[in-house]
Amino acid sequence: MIYLDNQATTPLAPEALAAMMPWLSGPESMGFANPTSPHRPGRAAAAAIEVARDQVHALLPPGGRVIFTSGATEAISLGLLSVRQGAAAISAIEHSAVTAAALARGLDVQVIPVSGHGLVDPETVFAPGTGVVAVMQVNNEIGTIQPVDQLAQRAHEAGALFFCDAVAGAGKLDPPQGADMIALTAHKLYGPKGIGALWVRDGLEVPPLIHGGAQEGGSRPGTLSPALCAGFGAAAALAKARMDADFQHLQGLAAAARSILSRWTLNGSETMRWPGNLNLRLPGLDASRLMSDLRTVAFSLGSACGSGTGKPSHVISALGVPDREAKSSIRLGFGRYTTITDVEDACAKIEAAAKAQGV
Amino acid sequence: MSADSIYLDHAASTPLLPEAREAMARGFAIWANPSSPHRQGRAARAALEDARARLKAALNWQGEVVFTSGASEALALAITRCALPLAAVSAVEHEAVLRHRGDAAVLSVDGLGLVSPAACALGGLVAVQQVNNETGVMQPCAAIADAVRGAGGLYLCDAAQGAGKLFLPDADLIALSAHKFGGPVGIGALLVRDWAMLRPTGGQERGYRPGTENLPDALAMVTALEAGADWLARAVYLRDRLDQAISAAGGVSVAIDTARVPSIAAYRMPGRSAQVQLIRFDGMGIAVSAGSACSSGTLRTSHVLQAMGTEGADEVIRVSIGRETSEAEIDRFIAAWQEVAGVS
Repeated sequence: MIYLDNQATTPLAPEALAAMMPWLSGPESMGFANPTSPHRPGRAAAAAIEVARDQVHALLPPGGRVIFTSGATEAISLGLLSVRQGAAAISAIEHSAVTAAALARGLDVQVIPVSGHGLVDPETVFAPGTGVVAVMQVNNEIGTIQPVDQLAQRAHEAGALFFCDAVAGAGKLDPPQGADMIALTAHKLYGPKGIGALWVRDGLEVPPLIHGGAQEGGSRPGTLSPALCAGFGAAAALAKARMDADFQHLQGLAAAARSILSRWTLNGSETMRWPGNLNLRLPGLDASRLMSDLRTVAFSLGSACGSGTGKPSHVISALGVPDREAKSSIRLGFGRYTTITDVEDACAKIEAAAKAQGV
Repeated sequence: MSADSIYLDHAASTPLLPEAREAMARGFAIWANPSSPHRQGRAARAALEDARARLKAALNWQGEVVFTSGASEALALAITRCALPLAAVSAVEHEAVLRHRGDAAVLSVDGLGLVSPAACALGGLVAVQQVNNETGVMQPCAAIADAVRGAGGLYLCDAAQGAGKLFLPDADLIALSAHKFGGPVGIGALLVRDWAMLRPTGGQERGYRPGTENLPDALAMVTALEAGADWLARAVYLRDRLDQAISAAGGVSVAIDTARVPSIAAYRMPGRSAQVQLIRFDGMGIAVSAGSACSSGTLRTSHVLQAMGTEGADEVIRVSIGRETSEAEIDRFIAAWQEVAGVS
């Protein structure tokens, strides 16, 4: 089985697993203690969480704080709670978690269009009265890198906050500059599932989504898992150390895939892209059938969260691709542990299966 | 447990069971996203649904299960998404319930720490915990459920300290947390008798809890539940031993005449503040607590003990027993207690 779905989730880095194990201890040691307990084992667990927080913070800008959450969905919901007034301007290609959270918050949602290349115009002018602008750093379906630094400036000029979903970019690219809030999750950067974070610029109040104890400065009650935090921290530290190496590795894999799948059309910008993602279409292809024909290659037709709905991807549609062609698109996601042989084998199989469909 | 230290704070968090850790390790190997439609994703989905079925079997629960990040989230989900508005909470609930109170009524407790079931006959959502996290007092959940349902309400029960130890309460919505019964920190569940009792938000968990599911922790939680609670019989013996020795040394066992879960007890040391006791015990390598861990460090008087009208509430510490707690450890704690009290 060749796994080319690293946008849905990444394998756990061995280093992250190793960092988790001391905090998954049973009665033979004190690693299981509640990090909120003031006794010695509790303080040790709390210290491990703070080490992890620093490691995660190193992926994010200075001048803010990191609030641990159960994942990006919670981080997004929590972040949008701090929007006190005004409409939410949300890019047409945001993850459904952002739009759903804004609607649940009761905000009026205005859609920011994207170009045929899947990019938001960095000179977009936001109407006065906009409360928050939400544009993701890297799109999860087509890999385009958005001009978030400029958009943060445009948002601030309109008196709005800038919210950045950095789930697909964190640990892979330098962080967005100028954002007020940044959401990320560990399991997209080779950390464990069940933990994510919201970065919040200093001075911005975040009311709690969940009420309860005093954890995370009251912004996010609930006992934190030292193991999940340590795994996230180790994965973040590794991602930071390997950022250039990982990027170059992915560029090599993407080039190999493009040369084999040379007759396929790329969805999204050719240049403003993160190389771990390739979203390709082939007119006439039945992508769902391709997926069921290729039982030894794990890839996807879009976001895992939106899979199974049968609807064309809202991201591909936003590029102006007709529904019919949107349904002829596949998403390949490469990762740190994907080898060149994996990519060559998988792409050869994909190409052969497409030809077998007569396209 | 390391030789020189004694851990008696199992109500804050209890060790991960070795079999739960092994289940988690197997879960790490099934790392695909359960929402992915490819074979690996479907395998992860199947493992998650298997965990859900096993959880229902282990708890003998016929209703629905929503996996959450823990009890705080489960309680927040129940209260904010329930079809009925919150009508009342007991005065001795955990902060995770109390902070959601809003305009809801507060149900007082008597000196034994018990809620009156008759006062629970309300038409909205009524939250009364199964077991108090500071005293171990068990509420009359069956009578409360009858009263709430008789009035057309729904019963939310925080079972964080009871799940995995006692039979589930007969409630409509039940919150639990894995790290209180030998599972990992970072996962819990909301049990829902009928989906109609909650308003969905969309996303995973049948639309009731969006976010990628945490399969390794779900597998570990279920495995911990399946380990059972045979050890509670020994906990009764150890708790009674503590009650006797501390009473004999001039201490007071809080709610000693009330039905309590044997894993949690609260003791007053007259003339010694809880903070001083904690510092002394910590110096001796003994982990105990003053009230709940979540509010520790705040130096506030326990709202639970205040609600019960307990005398000397600022002099009470919580001692909580776990699966591996030995008689020798309890005896060492008793000796330490006598030393701190100055009666040895």
